Amino acid sequence: MKARKDEFPILTSQRLVYLDTAASSLTPKRVIEKMNEYYGEYPVNVHRGVYALSHRATEQYTNARQTIADFIGAAFEEVVFTRGASSALNLVALTYGAQHLNSGDEVIVSELEHHSHVLPWQQIAKKTGAKLIYVPLAKDGRITVEAFKSVLTDKTKIVALTHVSNVMGYVTPLEEIIPLAHEKGAIVSVDAAQSAPHMPLDVKQLDADFLAFSGHKMCGPTGIGVLYGKRALLEGLEPLEYGGDMNDNVEKDGGTWKDTPYKFETGTPPIAEALGLAEAIHYLSSIGFDTVRAHEHALFKRALAGLRTIPDITVYNPEADTGIVNFNIDGVHPHDAVSFFDEDHVALRAGHHCAQLLIKWLAVPATLRASFYVYNDERDVDTFLDVVRRARDFFKEIGF
Amino acid sequence: MHQLENLYRQIIMDHYKHPRNKGLKDDPTYQTRRIKNPSCGDDVTIQSKVVNGIVKDVRHDGSGCSICCSSASVLSQRMKDETVDDALALVDDYLTMIINKDKKLNEALDDALAYQGVRDFPARVKCATIAWKAFADTLKKG
Repeated sequence: MKARKDEFPILTSQRLVYLDTAASSLTPKRVIEKMNEYYGEYPVNVHRGVYALSHRATEQYTNARQTIADFIGAAFEEVVFTRGASSALNLVALTYGAQHLNSGDEVIVSELEHHSHVLPWQQIAKKTGAKLIYVPLAKDGRITVEAFKSVLTDKTKIVALTHVSNVMGYVTPLEEIIPLAHEKGAIVSVDAAQSAPHMPLDVKQLDADFLAFSGHKMCGPTGIGVLYGKRALLEGLEPLEYGGDMNDNVEKDGGTWKDTPYKFETGTPPIAEALGLAEAIHYLSSIGFDTVRAHEHALFKRALAGLRTIPDITVYNPEADTGIVNFNIDGVHPHDAVSFFDEDHVALRAGHHCAQLLIKWLAVPATLRASFYVYNDERDVDTFLDVVRRARDFFKEIGF
Repeated sequence: MHQLENLYRQIIMDHYKHPRNKGLKDDPTYQTRRIKNPSCGDDVTIQSKVVNGIVKDVRHDGSGCSICCSSASVLSQRMKDETVDDALALVDDYLTMIINKDKKLNEALDDALAYQGVRDFPARVKCATIAWKAFADTLKKG
């Protein structure tokens, strides 16, 4: 595919090689315009006003949820809007986890998890007396089916795993892991923040029980994310927050709640953001998720081949399945390195990528991460490689 | 690339490669403060020993990028034998130098003047300042 640079205002207004999509993607013009349409033409609340403008806003908001449901193969009622993947994953732990875990139960997690998919489970485990069990990672840092089997027991009640590692770019073999978990009666929570933007996704085919992703990593706005949950599971959960719009009836001594998804969404929702996310999904679908994935992986391969010709470079994930390359210039702290890239208008991530457990597993202080998306092309990769080469020469020359 | 070359001048590289006063003391007469920057992994601990209102020793340890580690070393050398008031004033002047371009430089900062280049790299301000902030905290504790 041809890279879509013209469609992203930030790329036409300044010199920028943007390689930090795994943290947050750039926003295409049509998504910005869709959100402006809301604020310019029908900037009113949903589900409340009995007037034409509010009806239009509500209709747009409802259509947005349907678009998102269709995108992942879910039903309308199974799509809960949240502030982002982090808050969606917290919702699972703080509702399902808090309501179902007992002392001695086991929750399987991994060192590949983003902090938002391990800290909530740690906290709930402490409160309920459940135990966190880590899948031992393979030599290259992958979660394998065999390793998963080695920790799956009759005590396993919840399996919380990432679909794609935000540092290593590995795809977890969930299509094999999920049926195994279900055989034991466990439910599976999937962090799809790094998969939903980059590959075809069907929650029914995957048979995930809960699955979360963010808008801002897939050409959508910040401040919105999605929690998918199987309808029966969502119906059985108590809400986490109470207030306006989520209730059915309020009495002095209590109330009753609306059906899912509304019972989880109190207060005025992120309306423009929901519209923006739906527009982003239309945009990415128009390219095709198979095409997106192939494009990113081709750029990864080109980057990897180039990095192998530069001395003093360690790549931690040469077998990545997606468009993420995780590396270091030997002897140079990533924070030193990243300033060199910054001066050349190449935006990379340096640090531990909200995945300290994995950085500790790698036994390095931090790493550099480049991640590719629809707006990147081979020229971006070549610019990146040129800067890596010059950065390596510079730091070695001054004595690193 | 001139700006980055300026930043990594001799002083910074020297202190990064050969840190002075590195390693902590197991001594209760030292005040200790540890600051971490969770986004990049910088992790600095500073100790100071004050006798009769004079900074007699500064120790540091930790891990991080060259700017962070070297600035702790430069600090530990520069602050020795300053009064607590003068030391805190120097910290203020150092932080001002890094954050505010328009203010006049205090030449008394000496080797620490090497860090004025950090102004051109706003994303690195944290790296250059955590050791100095931790040091100020140790004095305020004591």
